[in-house]
Amino acid sequence: MTPLKERLVQLEVLRYNPDTDTEAHFQRYEVVCQEEWVVLDALNKVKADIDPTLNFRWSCHMAVCGSCGMMINGEPKLSCHAFLRSYEGVIRVEPLAHFPIERDLVTAPDDFMEKLKRVKPYIIPKEKKPISEGEYKQTPAQLMKFRQYSMCINCMLCYAACPEYGLTPDFIGPAALTLAHRYNLDSRDGGRLARQEVVATHEGVWDCTFVGACSEVCPAHVDPASALQQMKITSSIDWIVEHLIPGGKS
Amino acid sequence: MSRNPLVREVPPTTWFFRHPRYLRYMSREITCIFIAAYCVMLVVGLQRLAAGPAAWDGFLLALRSADSIVFHLLALAAALYHAATWFNATQKAMPIQIGEDFVPGSVISGAHYVAWAVLSIAVLYFAGAF
Ligand code: SF4
Ligand code: FES
Repeated sequence: MTPLKERLVQLEVLRYNPDTDTEAHFQRYEVVCQEEWVVLDALNKVKADIDPTLNFRWSCHMAVCGSCGMMINGEPKLSCHAFLRSYEGVIRVEPLAHFPIERDLVTAPDDFMEKLKRVKPYIIPKEKKPISEGEYKQTPAQLMKFRQYSMCINCMLCYAACPEYGLTPDFIGPAALTLAHRYNLDSRDGGRLARQEVVATHEGVWDCTFVGACSEVCPAHVDPASALQQMKITSSIDWIVEHLIPGGKS
Repeated sequence: MSRNPLVREVPPTTWFFRHPRYLRYMSREITCIFIAAYCVMLVVGLQRLAAGPAAWDGFLLALRSADSIVFHLLALAAALYHAATWFNATQKAMPIQIGEDFVPGSVISGAHYVAWAVLSIAVLYFAGAF
């Protein structure tokens, strides 16, 4: 077996202590890592060997739980999926942009959680049927219609990438709106009109100017930008039916 | 433990320098200035046409000036770039599902390019270009 290659990694990490600091500042660490490690491994090594006060979130270490999102050299990334070999020189690690910093690399996701709730991200059955009538069936084609949009891991990288969310914090934002779309497209669901009250508003899809950054950074290939553009089309059709077609109602 | 989260403001006028993808976005948006300017020019042309032959000839002469040719080249480049970004976006906005599979995005965008070419040739034909 060939021995694992080691590398001295320099990290520049944004630190903020809510008990003592009024501003965040960068702190430099140098740590010996294995060449095939990810940035999260380097942070864990720093925490274990150099500075136990460093705070960051993670859980699965396999790009599934969505809790380790950070800005790495200015790009929103899952730190468990950001390989050290992709970076040269000093690696700059900051908390996710556009979210308040709770402590060091830990951000406050409260706003995102609140917005998720507002889009009613659950199936609102078209017609309720008693359990005795069995399950709601779905064909593979009906599943494929929304499957991609159900792959979101709530990592919030898309919010950190979206300049619109940074400038207009009221914007419901990519992942939450995409989840609304996921349920709207579900053959078992009848809740689209109820969701439109949030979706077809300024804070909803109309704050989106189609920068497309969300889709570029999404680690789960959800493509939120496509969901939002599709919802703009259905919302426009609703409007035309309601306002321009006599007797039409959406 | 009390919370004291640190909120970082996004600079409202310089944010797009933070990442190349934001600059790409701004370059797409800025193309609309040329397209709007071109529309204004067409409206002025109509107004000159309505004002009589002398006014119209003056307008045509102005179109042949060096400034006007530079503007046309810039507007053409902006329109081409704008159209390409738009056509590439269509595959996101208008997915087509057949059975379990989706038609590849390149086919949807490609169809728009084909329609564009056909319409452009038709316009050139009616304008007497060939
Ligand atoms: S849409 Fe993608 S980037 Fe956004 S929260 Fe979901 S998985 Fe993360
Ligand atoms: S630790 Fe779970 S996604 Fe990175």
